[in-house]
Amino acid sequence: MNNKIKKILPQIITVLFVLGIFGFFTFNAQINMDNRGIDFGFGFLTQESSFDVQFSLIEYSGSHSYARAYLVGLLNTLLVSFISIIFCTILGVIFGVARLSSNYLIRNSAAWYVEFFRNIPLLLQIFFWYYAALRALPVPEKAGPWFGVTYMTIKGYYIPSFIWTNLDIFLYSILAVIVSIIIISTYAKKLQENEGKQIPVFFISLGLIFLLPALTFFIGGVSLDFGIPVLKQLSKTSYVFEGGIGLPPELIALVLALSLYTSTFVAECVRAGIQGIGKGQKEAAASVGLTPNQILKLVVMPQALRIIIPPTTNQYLNLTKNSSLAAAIAYPDLVLVFAGTALMQTGKAIEIVSITMLTYLSISLAIAAIMNWYNKKIEIKEK
Amino acid sequence: MAMFAVLFAFSTEAMAKKSKTLKNTQKKGFVRCGVSQGLPGFSNADASGNWTGVDVDVCRAVAAAVLGDANKVKFTPLSAKERFTALTSGEIDILSRNTTWTLSRDADIGLTFVGVNFYDGQGFMVRKNSGITSVNQFKNGISACTNIGTTTELNMRDFFNSRGISYEPVAFEKADEVVAAYDAGRCDTYTTDKSGLAAQRTKMKNPDEHIVLPETISKEPLGPVVRQGDAVWEDIVRWSLNTMIEAEEYGITSSNADSMKTSDNPAIKRLVGAEGELGAAFGLDNDWSLRIIKQVGNYGESYKRNIADPGILPDRGPNQLWTKGGILYVPPAR
Repeated sequence: MNNKIKKILPQIITVLFVLGIFGFFTFNAQINMDNRGIDFGFGFLTQESSFDVQFSLIEYSGSHSYARAYLVGLLNTLLVSFISIIFCTILGVIFGVARLSSNYLIRNSAAWYVEFFRNIPLLLQIFFWYYAALRALPVPEKAGPWFGVTYMTIKGYYIPSFIWTNLDIFLYSILAVIVSIIIISTYAKKLQENEGKQIPVFFISLGLIFLLPALTFFIGGVSLDFGIPVLKQLSKTSYVFEGGIGLPPELIALVLALSLYTSTFVAECVRAGIQGIGKGQKEAAASVGLTPNQILKLVVMPQALRIIIPPTTNQYLNLTKNSSLAAAIAYPDLVLVFAGTALMQTGKAIEIVSITMLTYLSISLAIAAIMNWYNKKIEIKEK
Repeated sequence: MAMFAVLFAFSTEAMAKKSKTLKNTQKKGFVRCGVSQGLPGFSNADASGNWTGVDVDVCRAVAAAVLGDANKVKFTPLSAKERFTALTSGEIDILSRNTTWTLSRDADIGLTFVGVNFYDGQGFMVRKNSGITSVNQFKNGISACTNIGTTTELNMRDFFNSRGISYEPVAFEKADEVVAAYDAGRCDTYTTDKSGLAAQRTKMKNPDEHIVLPETISKEPLGPVVRQGDAVWEDIVRWSLNTMIEAEEYGITSSNADSMKTSDNPAIKRLVGAEGELGAAFGLDNDWSLRIIKQVGNYGESYKRNIADPGILPDRGPNQLWTKGGILYVPPAR
């Protein structure tokens, strides 16, 4: 009994102490805000925001609420993080593997790439891609088409927009493809385990992916038109593209900077993962007759991934948090739209900053949860 | 005399007790003033860190009145986003940073505007070679660079919406980045207060390639702000500004202020501390206004030195005295 109290008492004191400090600051903030005539509340979220945002994934204008402006910022943050995570992973794997290449030029170029991009502060890289690259891009009227119908200009990258009819039927067909591929691969696995037969899952899946959605065009009444960007004159010397989708240069610069910077760290994780697998394992695998491809797929990668995933998760989290530097170059992310403009227009600093902090915390925890789930899935299953 | 000194000391102390900000300022020995991150003519630091500008002069005037030395000011450069939080949290005591006086700011967020030291309005800048000479020539799809967190963002929306023009707002946190992006050709127009446009134009690669359109789309009365809840401090800042404007009205300048003590006009004598006891009302000595005029100068001197002479806005426009066709009109100091 006595022992138990001895064990628990310090913990209770610590918790009370932390709560006390937290309460003290909350109390202080409340008193100070009262003294200065600032009221606390989240009622502003339903008010009309009355400011516009340059780039939004959902329909938004100043007549919508602050809550909607928050959503616009959140989606823009998620968009830039999502695209950058994909690019930094692809680049990271390529350069991580390249650093282990037996080719002198490839190995050293990869090393230079990693050392260069990871040792320059990210904010500087963002400014570089935005201002240096921006000045190098042509004005709309001088931009030649890329791939026939897209235009890279100082005002953004213009691509054709998709104009769908019966988009829902098309989406259902994709859903059907995904479900049937899952069923087929489970069946194939069973078949191989029970009867040792192999069926070409890959080719069947490939066929399904193309065939089923294509069918909806012929019998499902789905059709797709393209909105081609067209040059329009604004004044004697300035032009803009109309129609199609314009990706703002801020988004492009941010994606470039974030993915190049983070890919160097991912590359190092990949290199560490591959080097963490003993040479003996590869030799043993080769001696039982596995091909180099099979060695990589069946022996090296499953083990290397276990080393790669946890530190790479950190990099994904860093990338997402770093995306808040967007505010410096006018990309309307959560920090710029909500913790910037909305904060300024309402003056609700404490409320808005806490919402923003909680949001980043939730995004990070969500990413960590997904990566942990994946990590659990690939880790050694003790039997 | 000694009795007067005691009385004066007593009254100062009594007033200082009422104003926490005044007491703290006198204890610290400097006025804590929030300014912009660099807007020529209003608040701008030179290479050796000396701040100049009409907004800066308001803080200097308060320092001259309260501490007897216009140089005893600590300037804190603030972005548009940070400025109100810095003031309400007590990091600064005066915000003199080309800030527009609006109802919601005055009433909502624990601030009090004390006056107007520059009457401004929002305008647009475009490239000269675009051939645009009026906002009526703006077309759908125009992109506009501006700052976040300002009334500019809201006015811009009102303006384009009321005309039914679709536009692309490109909003940056810092003014320097707005200028850089507009200068690089990212935007067709740059919009902010006209004084700001005139000042930022001087920072561009080729100022002559840009023009400010004649239309003004909003009222932007800019002025110093204090925290709500310290009425004495509020009065000190308000009347320091008023003193500068009224001094110009009566022709009192930094060079002739001392000789004005023998003027026949009681209004002038009051302003230079030769008559009445105006300073006692907020716990200052009687020479507080004389020090402002001698050390900082009157409003006209400040305008000429900071805005007209550097060629930012040579024409005073509405910022002329009411007696000369402008709208500068302050209550009498008596």
